[in-house]
Amino acid sequence: MSLLDVQELSVVFTQRGREDVKAVDGVSFRVGAGEIVGVVGESGCGKSVTALALMGLLPEKGVVVKGRAEFDGMDLLALDQRTMRDLRGRELGMIFQDPLSSLNPVVPIGKQVTEVLTRHRGMANDVATKEAELLLDRVGIPDPRRRLKEYPHQLSGGMRQRALIAMAVACKPRVLIADEPTTALDVTIQAQILELLKELVHEDGTALIMITHDLGVVAGLCDTINVLYAGKVVESAPRKPLFATPNHPYTRGLLGSIPRLDSVRGEPLNPIPGSVRDLLPWAEGCAFAPRCERVIETCIEATPELLGGPHKYRCVNPVLGQSAGPEHLLEQE
Amino acid sequence: MTQLGKRKLEKLERLAELSAINAGERGESLWREAFKRLRRNPTAIIGAGILLLFILIAIIGPFFVPYDEKDTHWIGQVSARDNIIPGPSAQHWLGIDHNGRDEFSRMIVGAQNTLFVGVVATAIGLIFGCLLGGLSGAAFGLGGKRGRQLDNVLMRFVDMLLAMPSLLLAVSIVTILGPSLPTVIIAVGVIVIPTFARLLRGSMIAQASAEYVVAATSLGVSRRKIALTHILPNSAAPVIVQATLTLATAIIEVAGLSFLGLGNPDPSVPEWGTMLNDALQVFEFAPRLAVFPALGIIITALGFTLLGEAMREALDPKLRK
Amino acid sequence: MFRFVVRRLLQLIPVLLGLSLLLFVWLHRLPGGPETALLGERGTPETRAMVRKQLGLDQPILVQYGRFMKRMLTGDLGNSIDTKQPVMQEFLDRFPGTVELTITAMIFAIGIGIPLGYLAARRRASWLDNMSVAGSLVAVCVPIFFLGYLVKQLLAVNLGWFPPAGRQDVTISATHVTNFYVVDGILTGEWDAAWDAIMHLVLPGLTLASIPLAIIVRITRASVLEVLGEDYVRTARAKGLTERRIRGRHILRNAMLPIITVMGLLTGGLLSGAVLTETVFAFTGIGQFVRQSISNLDYPVLMGFIMIIALIYVLVNLVVDVSYGLIDPRVRVR
Repeated sequence: MSLLDVQELSVVFTQRGREDVKAVDGVSFRVGAGEIVGVVGESGCGKSVTALALMGLLPEKGVVVKGRAEFDGMDLLALDQRTMRDLRGRELGMIFQDPLSSLNPVVPIGKQVTEVLTRHRGMANDVATKEAELLLDRVGIPDPRRRLKEYPHQLSGGMRQRALIAMAVACKPRVLIADEPTTALDVTIQAQILELLKELVHEDGTALIMITHDLGVVAGLCDTINVLYAGKVVESAPRKPLFATPNHPYTRGLLGSIPRLDSVRGEPLNPIPGSVRDLLPWAEGCAFAPRCERVIETCIEATPELLGGPHKYRCVNPVLGQSAGPEHLLEQE
Repeated sequence: MTQLGKRKLEKLERLAELSAINAGERGESLWREAFKRLRRNPTAIIGAGILLLFILIAIIGPFFVPYDEKDTHWIGQVSARDNIIPGPSAQHWLGIDHNGRDEFSRMIVGAQNTLFVGVVATAIGLIFGCLLGGLSGAAFGLGGKRGRQLDNVLMRFVDMLLAMPSLLLAVSIVTILGPSLPTVIIAVGVIVIPTFARLLRGSMIAQASAEYVVAATSLGVSRRKIALTHILPNSAAPVIVQATLTLATAIIEVAGLSFLGLGNPDPSVPEWGTMLNDALQVFEFAPRLAVFPALGIIITALGFTLLGEAMREALDPKLRK
Repeated sequence: MFRFVVRRLLQLIPVLLGLSLLLFVWLHRLPGGPETALLGERGTPETRAMVRKQLGLDQPILVQYGRFMKRMLTGDLGNSIDTKQPVMQEFLDRFPGTVELTITAMIFAIGIGIPLGYLAARRRASWLDNMSVAGSLVAVCVPIFFLGYLVKQLLAVNLGWFPPAGRQDVTISATHVTNFYVVDGILTGEWDAAWDAIMHLVLPGLTLASIPLAIIVRITRASVLEVLGEDYVRTARAKGLTERRIRGRHILRNAMLPIITVMGLLTGGLLSGAVLTETVFAFTGIGQFVRQSISNLDYPVLMGFIMIIALIYVLVNLVVDVSYGLIDPRVRVR
């Protein structure tokens, strides 16, 4: 049974004197307890905005949010700020991309953890401090008692992200959203953080939404993957089918463009031609059409629908049943 | 020359061309963009408008004043005993001052003198400050160890100037040199030297480590040439902004010095600061005599400040989106 | 931390030496020479020559400088030509008044400035925001002595809400212990004297506060605006913390940093401003005495007072520097 059910989420940014920007255009997905769902796409595709919308962290002015996000019988998108403030940190947790800028530089780490505990679980300060120490230990920070009094600039990048994770899971939220949690970290640390997230999810039965542009990250982690392009979901499938037989040309392009260590030297890379800015508005056809090598007449006539069973795709000329190369990514278990 | 050597040389020449183009381009497009943004900014327009009016009045006004500004002809109409000072009338648009002079003429000529004082004081601060700061910054960035020592010494000197509250420093200078219009201008000029020195030095140091400078140095371009043709033009923007803002404070500092008794000892020469101070004697029954020059100072200073702030925002690279 | 303070103190020394040199030169360059400092403009040529000998002005410059420095370090700044009292004594007598005035001005500037700046930033582009920005721009352009006269005329003379001049009403019997009139009133239980002293502080305090207030509003607003866009505020929101907690611990604590830096500079403005404001309100602090010494050509006072004020300014900046280290943990590491 799904814990969070997002239905037709759309986010439009309005500004006086400028055109409206449709950052998220009818995105739907579900996450169940203990499940990890990936939301993948290049920068500007609307994945971060989706996360912020679900958490209620978008500004009030100049933003129009439509759709439904069912959680516990409530629609998150319709709740007022006060109720959302109670939910955030307690039932809904979020981890952000840059751990250094996401931490208050003038407050010790311990305080930044205990403030979540005192706020939502009503703990007294000394109890909260003990709990904070346990949390820091749980996320793998060595010598946690000393760290409590330290400031963010005194910790390494990996430790900061772990601290942020500790703050996010302090109250055992049922839904956790991770927005590019490893992008700002070294590759070796990345793997550790992802492992940590996997552990926490399995131990606590949290529903995790993993937002990233890096397919390598989702391959080893997510149960289901949603690929976003220009604000719409263009492909959605469980892990194995997505990597084994990607149907949408964009997904194929993403997978095919990943360089391999064992590829032949001098072999050219396969980038997707054009850039994210070369897009057609969805209303006029498929947004990916200008960059797609499989484009046909029908592509620029009307918005393609999202079709299919467990493996969905939004394409009128998909590639069915064929691999795109990097099944090796699935070998990471 | 080997094939490889020739290719390397071509690459270097190409790189040099690119650095020069990029540096120049960067400079030009910065100004063009800034000007465009300024035109749309209402604060900038108001500020510029005020200033144009002020400068117009200051430069052309004195040719058209109805009376001589120093003429105390109408002293007969003023009665100290009964506290009568004639106000605005048909013959005297702004009335007469407590010494029997036409206030309107004095205000107009005062605009010219005030502008003059402000500009010269700022110019002194700018020229010497930039010399100091430019030398210091260039020494630090391009001079190696010896250069950094020179910079240190020069900056200690600047620190000394900054160690005193500026008005009091000005008081000291005027006291030593004896109160007169030139000494007031010099004093106010001196107190803004540190601002310009620090500004230009900071700008030059930041640029000394900029990529295009490193590129040019490694290509063997002389350090003096780099400083003059690349770094200096790019540092011009913040200096111009600061000069505009300084003009505002200079006028006010001069007024302050007059109030303390250190202004121009000749009260017949109209300058808004001295006029303001003078008029405070009769503030109780003829406040307008103080209000006119005060308004003049406030509006003019405001004009410079608005324009200066708008320019600063327009030239701020962080705001370019 | 300790090393930080020591290093800052050491950096002070060349600055102070330079200042003393400047003042020594100044003393010598005074119109009429240093003997004027003692005799004023009077004195026959013979008396002046005798005084010159007495002051050791026929000695080599270095010796003179040495004696000068020795006197400086012992706090002997000579005597006032006007009152014949030691300059240092005159300073200490009048200093408490200026301190009370400066503190009053700071209370106004901070008490109004920070909340106003914060609200202006939270309610961007609102009526309050625009008025605050406009107001602070204008306030800096108004000569404070003019503002003082305006305020005095309107609120003291015309409306009679506040006394127009001085530190205390002569008709009130007040015992002065510390020369801080408000404190004295409280210490001796003479509540009417304390209240009267406070009333005398309001108008000059407001006048003196005008420019610091404007600057604090602008800096607070800019600082809060910047902090509002920071990622850690977003994290705090994502944790579901109360608005109050976010404002206090996350926004303000970070927004305060530039404001504290500015305080040091503001002190200079306050000290110079005090000279002008005290004159307008005949407030018997050091500022007013400086003004008097200018018209009286009382050079020992003028020079001495400016020297002491400069010293205070330097020390205040040092304290601000050090406290910045206390507040921003990132600075301490160096």
